[in-house]
Amino acid sequence: MTVLNSKIPDGPVADKWENHKFSTKLVNPNNKRRFEIIVVGTGLAGASAAASLSELGYKVKAFTFHDSPRRAHSIAAQGGINGAKNYTNDGDSVHRLFYDTVKGGDYRSREANVHRLAEVSVNIIDQAAAQGVPFAREYGGLLDNRSFGGAQVSRTFYARGQTGQQLLLGAYQALAKQVASGGIELHTRTELLDVVLKDGRACGIVTRDLVSGEVASHSGHAVVLATGGYGNVYYLSTNAMACNVTAAWRAHRKGAFFANPCYTQIHPTCIPASDEFQSKLTLMSESLRNDGRIWVPDAFDDTRSPSQIPDSERDYYLERKYPAFGNLVPRDVASRNAKTVVDQGKGVGTLKNGVYLDFEAAIERDGEAAVRSKYGNLFDMYQNITGENPYQTPMRIYPAIHYTMGGVWVDYNLMTTIPGCYSIGEANFSDHGANRLGASALMQGLADGYFVLPYTIGDDLAGRLGEATVPTDDPVFAEAEAGAHDQINRFMSIGGTRSVDWFHRELGKIVWDYIGMERTREGLEKALSEIPALEEEFWKDLRLPGSAATLNSGLEKAGRVADFFELAKLMARDGLDREESCGGHFRAEHQTDEGEAQRDDENFAHVAAWEWNGADSVQTRHQEELTFENVALTQRSYK
Amino acid sequence: MTQELNLTLQVWRQEGASDPGHFETYAANGISEDMSFLEMLDIINEDLIENDQIPIEFDHDCREGICGTCSLMINGQAHGQEKATTTCQLHMRKFNDGDTIVVEPFRARAFPVVKDLVVDRSSFDRIIESGGYISVNTGAASDANLTPVPKEAADTSFDAAACIGCGACVAACPNSAAQLFTSAKLAHLNLIPQGQSQRFERTETMVDTMETFFGSCTNHGECHEACPKEISLDFIAFMNRDYVKAKMKNRKLAGQS
Ligand SMILES: Cc1cc2nc3c(=O)[nH]c(=O)nc-3n(C[C@H](O)[C@H](O)[C@H](O)COP(=O)(O)OP(=O)(O)OC[C@H]3O[C@@H](n4cnc5c(N)ncnc54)[C@H](O)[C@@H]3O)c2cc1C
Ligand code: SF4
Ligand code: FES
Repeated sequence: MTVLNSKIPDGPVADKWENHKFSTKLVNPNNKRRFEIIVVGTGLAGASAAASLSELGYKVKAFTFHDSPRRAHSIAAQGGINGAKNYTNDGDSVHRLFYDTVKGGDYRSREANVHRLAEVSVNIIDQAAAQGVPFAREYGGLLDNRSFGGAQVSRTFYARGQTGQQLLLGAYQALAKQVASGGIELHTRTELLDVVLKDGRACGIVTRDLVSGEVASHSGHAVVLATGGYGNVYYLSTNAMACNVTAAWRAHRKGAFFANPCYTQIHPTCIPASDEFQSKLTLMSESLRNDGRIWVPDAFDDTRSPSQIPDSERDYYLERKYPAFGNLVPRDVASRNAKTVVDQGKGVGTLKNGVYLDFEAAIERDGEAAVRSKYGNLFDMYQNITGENPYQTPMRIYPAIHYTMGGVWVDYNLMTTIPGCYSIGEANFSDHGANRLGASALMQGLADGYFVLPYTIGDDLAGRLGEATVPTDDPVFAEAEAGAHDQINRFMSIGGTRSVDWFHRELGKIVWDYIGMERTREGLEKALSEIPALEEEFWKDLRLPGSAATLNSGLEKAGRVADFFELAKLMARDGLDREESCGGHFRAEHQTDEGEAQRDDENFAHVAAWEWNGADSVQTRHQEELTFENVALTQRSYK
Repeated sequence: MTQELNLTLQVWRQEGASDPGHFETYAANGISEDMSFLEMLDIINEDLIENDQIPIEFDHDCREGICGTCSLMINGQAHGQEKATTTCQLHMRKFNDGDTIVVEPFRARAFPVVKDLVVDRSSFDRIIESGGYISVNTGAASDANLTPVPKEAADTSFDAAACIGCGACVAACPNSAAQLFTSAKLAHLNLIPQGQSQRFERTETMVDTMETFFGSCTNHGECHEACPKEISLDFIAFMNRDYVKAKMKNRKLAGQS
């Protein structure tokens, strides 16, 4: 028996969402203003939700720790957003997008959720275009599409290499309109420190004003967490520096189950770190693999410059191992193979931490001008960062953490296991199963915020008409504020010798080595012994100069790193228990003879959702069984 | 091979809005030329923490030149001397061994200092709230391809929409004017069909709001020089023309009602 009720509506998968919308209880338009909704996070998911809820008439309080809602991590998304418009007449449909997403997720997502996502994908494009999002257009003035991330149809809408930026500005502007009209009360530079419950329901949050240090309470009828993914647990990632798990984690500690934490995604083409102090990794578009050839020297510790290594002494390992797909094998396969050769000691660059991505053949074949016209801006970016000219010498690339599929468990209404608390966007465990397809995160964040949550939130609220919010002088708030103060005081009084960044870097190394691209039982067990040891040191030896009553970014980071420690342990446990390989979770013990991920559908076609049992005990693992009625389970092969 | 630089930094330290602030000198030794400017500041901060001193606060997030969070006046120039580059994308190989570098916050009346190098740019949000949007409630949109946008208009609109809201234009302007930022948002929305119905109202309210926070434009062009996204000065001319038209139009409307 499971304690999880996913609330998936009955009926054929294509009718579930329509039926659900019809049977969901409605809040009368005049009554909406009697409900106050707290939205934490103003990235794509949070901004679109706050704006849409406010347009409907709900009173919204929006929170972000950024200085403006225009700056969330969402802004960095480059490639594009999927939408099953079939404008290109190449056979795309809601069903095909649904099918591709379930398959791409390696059969570890809910069919019902994914179908809904595919259905509303078309509305997102309409909404964004109407807001003035400058999507790429053809000469006739109609929208242009491209194929992305190995999709066989062109369904990706894009805005140069700045799709996330333009979509976020659209959602931010919709939010700004509601702020001006008084519908949204906006709190910037304000960080959530706790989710507050009364009689088992979410009734508000506790925050810290990052400028004054003031800890305060806010109450509402519902709390929505749109606080993004946890990729920065690895320290180095393609995520923005402020990305973290704190809001999701504090909700977890209050009773929200945390699902599939071991599902993390690696992107194969990032610029490798140049030194110990590297602060983040920059993503290079995957499209580079269309023309670049990936290789390493045959010899170990070859110190010659690449131009001096003759073709016969190079290993084009992807072309050798996967003759059919070559350099275009999927993200995870490309990433794992890069790790293998680097681990063997064949890595290139001063730190021997990369592989070559070589355009010599493409330049010889098509000419430098043709290569420049396709990739000019990427080559410039690479040269700006590394100081090397990729027209003359091969690029160096290495995989990096890019996205986290795991997150807060939610039901079909996007409600967590805490009644009245919702989670949307990358923060929830969402619709991507064990692996996210390119251009699908923007789609999911906006689907949740614009088109799903605004309807589903009514289901619970409708029955609560007339209920007052819990006043912020209620003891439950006082207790949560005291807890927040305690933690701040504890950090400030450790008086150790090492900086937060030092601990974060060390934690990142462990997580990357043992819970990264390839996991083994032995490695995961090592992680489970090394992380607590480092965590203990953190609480003993952290040094945080300055005061808690002013802007103090060290203090902000300390809270986030403390949560990363706890999350990292759960990632290891989750990875250990999932005795199979699927999507971004590759257990070396479970692979086919060809080195491919080997799923175990009989035993693991389920979501693992973890229940907090207090700081001193291990979480309980619950299962939500997944059923596949519309998509047949198959094994991938790229030979 | 990677070069190492030894540098002297003069950094503005200010505890809060009411503190007058002062420069502090720091040695930055053994800085790899592959580091970004912000990574160099990270190292100085690590040293400060090691010596139990309070690290320097500065704003940053994406470190990819897209979010507009980073700022800094570097040797008197907003985002430093490199053209079309944000501070987070400025690399140390652009400096020479032995250089002295002066680091200050963006300075403008409308950008009060929060602490050290961090300033409050929320006046930009107030400008957007006053009209920097197209009013289309969620769900009200018709099929996207029902409204074709001529490619040229779409492209120019995009050039304007590329503004990252960093505020370098204001910091570089001798008058602390925000014409480049405001005109970029106006051009983004006013050039495309979707933005037409609110065009003149938007222009009027955004320009008027801008003027309550920022100085006046006297055509120096420093804003464009400092802008990491090379936003064109033409948008300011476009905004000024629309503003004059807006004043006429709205008066006419008022007369009719
Ligand atoms: C380099 C890069 C490129 C990408 N490219 C693509 C792409 O081409 N297509 C695609 O579909 N996806 C892409 N993605 C993924 C996608 O961008 C993200 O998954 C998505 O934008 C996440 O949106 P979000 O709204 O859930 O979270 P975020 O954008 O991360 O927003 C989180 C919000 O929560 C706030 N917040 C967080 N914690 C707190 C707290 N404790 N208190 C207060 N506020 C808090 C933040 O201030 C922020 O406003 C890319 C990702 C990266 C890293
Ligand atoms: S116009 Fe340029 S300098 Fe000004 S805010 Fe926009 S990007 Fe920054
Ligand atoms: S940190 Fe985002 S633009 Fe510099």
